[in-house]
Amino acid sequence: MSKHHLDYLDELEAEAIYILREVAGQFEKPALLFSGGKDSITLVRLAEKAFRPGKFPFPLVHIDTGHNFPETIRYRDDMVARLGEKLIIGHVQDSIDQGKVVEQKGKNASRNALQTVTLLDTIAANGFDACIGGARRDEEKARAKERIFSVRDEFGQWDPKRQRPELWNLYNGKIHKGENVRVFPISNWTELDVWNYIRRENIALPSIYFAHERDTIVRNGQLMAAAEFLNMDEEDVITRRNVRFRTVGDMTCTAAVESDAFLIDDIINEISASKISERGARMDDKVSEAAMEDRKKGGYF
Amino acid sequence: MEILKFITAGSVDDGKSTLIGRLLYDTDAILEDQLEAIHNSNRKNDDGTIDLAILTDGLKAEREQGITIDVAYKYFQTENRKFIIADAPGHIQYTRNMVTGASNANLAIILIDARKGVIEQTNRHSFLVSLLALPEVVVCVNKMDMVNHDQDTFNKIVAQYQVLAGKLGLKNVTYIPVSALKGDNIVNGSTNMPWYTGKSLLDHLETVEITVDDSRAHARFPVQWVVRPQTEELHDYRGYAGRVSSGNFKVNDKVTVLPSGFSSTITKIELLDQEFEEAFAGQSVTIHLQDEIDISRGDVLVNSAAQPEVSNLIEADLCWMDTRALDTTMTYLIQHNSKVTRCRIQEVLYKFNINTLDKVQGDEEFKLNDIGRIIIKTAEPLAFDVYQDNKANGGAIIIDSRTNVTVGALMLRAAVS
Repeated sequence: MSKHHLDYLDELEAEAIYILREVAGQFEKPALLFSGGKDSITLVRLAEKAFRPGKFPFPLVHIDTGHNFPETIRYRDDMVARLGEKLIIGHVQDSIDQGKVVEQKGKNASRNALQTVTLLDTIAANGFDACIGGARRDEEKARAKERIFSVRDEFGQWDPKRQRPELWNLYNGKIHKGENVRVFPISNWTELDVWNYIRRENIALPSIYFAHERDTIVRNGQLMAAAEFLNMDEEDVITRRNVRFRTVGDMTCTAAVESDAFLIDDIINEISASKISERGARMDDKVSEAAMEDRKKGGYF
Repeated sequence: MEILKFITAGSVDDGKSTLIGRLLYDTDAILEDQLEAIHNSNRKNDDGTIDLAILTDGLKAEREQGITIDVAYKYFQTENRKFIIADAPGHIQYTRNMVTGASNANLAIILIDARKGVIEQTNRHSFLVSLLALPEVVVCVNKMDMVNHDQDTFNKIVAQYQVLAGKLGLKNVTYIPVSALKGDNIVNGSTNMPWYTGKSLLDHLETVEITVDDSRAHARFPVQWVVRPQTEELHDYRGYAGRVSSGNFKVNDKVTVLPSGFSSTITKIELLDQEFEEAFAGQSVTIHLQDEIDISRGDVLVNSAAQPEVSNLIEADLCWMDTRALDTTMTYLIQHNSKVTRCRIQEVLYKFNINTLDKVQGDEEFKLNDIGRIIIKTAEPLAFDVYQDNKANGGAIIIDSRTNVTVGALMLRAAVS
């Protein structure tokens, strides 16, 4: 036995590439769910490693709520142009126009819950049998038990009782017609791993991840970007602040944090400081905030 | 920095939740929702300290509600290493969950209650660890605070366990006296047990050697996908995409494609914009060969000088994972690396009583959680290694094509002539 060990990022990367190639080998019509956030951007990079110089064996699918940050949409379109891969967009507005979902009203209205319907319709319309997503097990308790290959019934539902044992690196992707599998190649990555990988691979991100000056308002104790779909009124005081976003979602429900982290190193330091403090030291409140901020939108996965 | 994956074997009564909670809490790896749960909880230990078991209560709640108990994965890191814990329940009715958790672990922590010593479930957990061929075992003798931190008690349990380890062929066993509740020897040392001069559990986890099979003898590369751009400028490009499952490959190595048996030479190993002279176990790469051979998903490239067994009649250990019993008249699917083919369990040789470690003859019915030795016949031959020597190429799963569920785990042992 010699002692060659892969560094942790190399190991996580190799595992994710392996999983992506399993999807390619096992499914007829896979898709990669792309949100414009750092996790799905990481997946795209991994797909390049898995399949280049060939084409991706799947299209990218974006469920567009219509409330995205313009920076995210710009990033998405630039990226697709650079990759030369196919992008399929499912519009929540279409679901609203078709009367399948109803727009929420009031100050805290968001299209968060509506996108699940659009996603399921998009899956059905295209006949996707596997959807690759960027969810991670460290995000929350329920996710800690999620499989790498997670079978969904024809209603897109996850049934914990139907979870298959997942042994070694043997992923069972056998499904009946109408079912599909959600696949999570970066299950074993932590938030910090993703950031370290982005830094190592020098991957460009939407600019809103970094500190910038913008008009903000305070809603329910949280900083929000001032935007037309926030149903603003005279109570909302607009202030210029230096902020960044820890996660990329809708402008209606993605809170900003005041930050001077202009560079990726600053961001990594910010996260490291709140996640790994001295042994035995008490955790500060930053951690809870970071975890909250970084929550993926429920229902999307 | 490396990743160590380990499993914790024990039940709630042994203080397993407290031990994991202690590791997570003392290394600051607690999720925000759990942290709130702890601080808002009225549950306290007798001495008023917070009850760390709350952190892993997911499993307990599940048991009370009667939903499927499952493996939960937890993550933490120190300055020296990253860790993934597969937290699986220890009761016998969850044997399959422990087998699942153990399949990807490099190390097992076996918890023993200092007041009880080696008991039936210790046998069971240790048996599973040996069956799944985990290279490292740590025996944590817990609740030392309940036996006055007595060295003799600890030594007696070590002696008991050494007999068991000998019987099962467990080689690398480390013994640590701990109190998960009080924190003795988990992350920090213990002033209560000056007689123990070894490492704390975390120190051991941070420094234990993670074994990697890098021998040329086990160079295996299951092909997952063939990269063929078929564009004008890359008209003849043909790369075999996969992950080195064990051993290593170098450019100019002579390789054999199995099961077909054709040979060729590696001309290039690459990944996107990187080229490698050598690819090691665990690495995902794309390999190019000198000759145009018909190779597709399901084939495996091996070092020509060290070939695995190729057979369609194989003796194996089987752990049954489905509520519906094994049907020896039925055709199932078997998945071994990237290959899927049909199979039948041709013969049940014997079953194991996993509590007493005895072989049981004459009972051929494999029910949920049963483990035993069988002979399997496959439609197409498998190119496999003995599981105990090479986990990556010796494990397989059985799928019931009626339900598509994974119903069995196989540890392949030998070709039957």
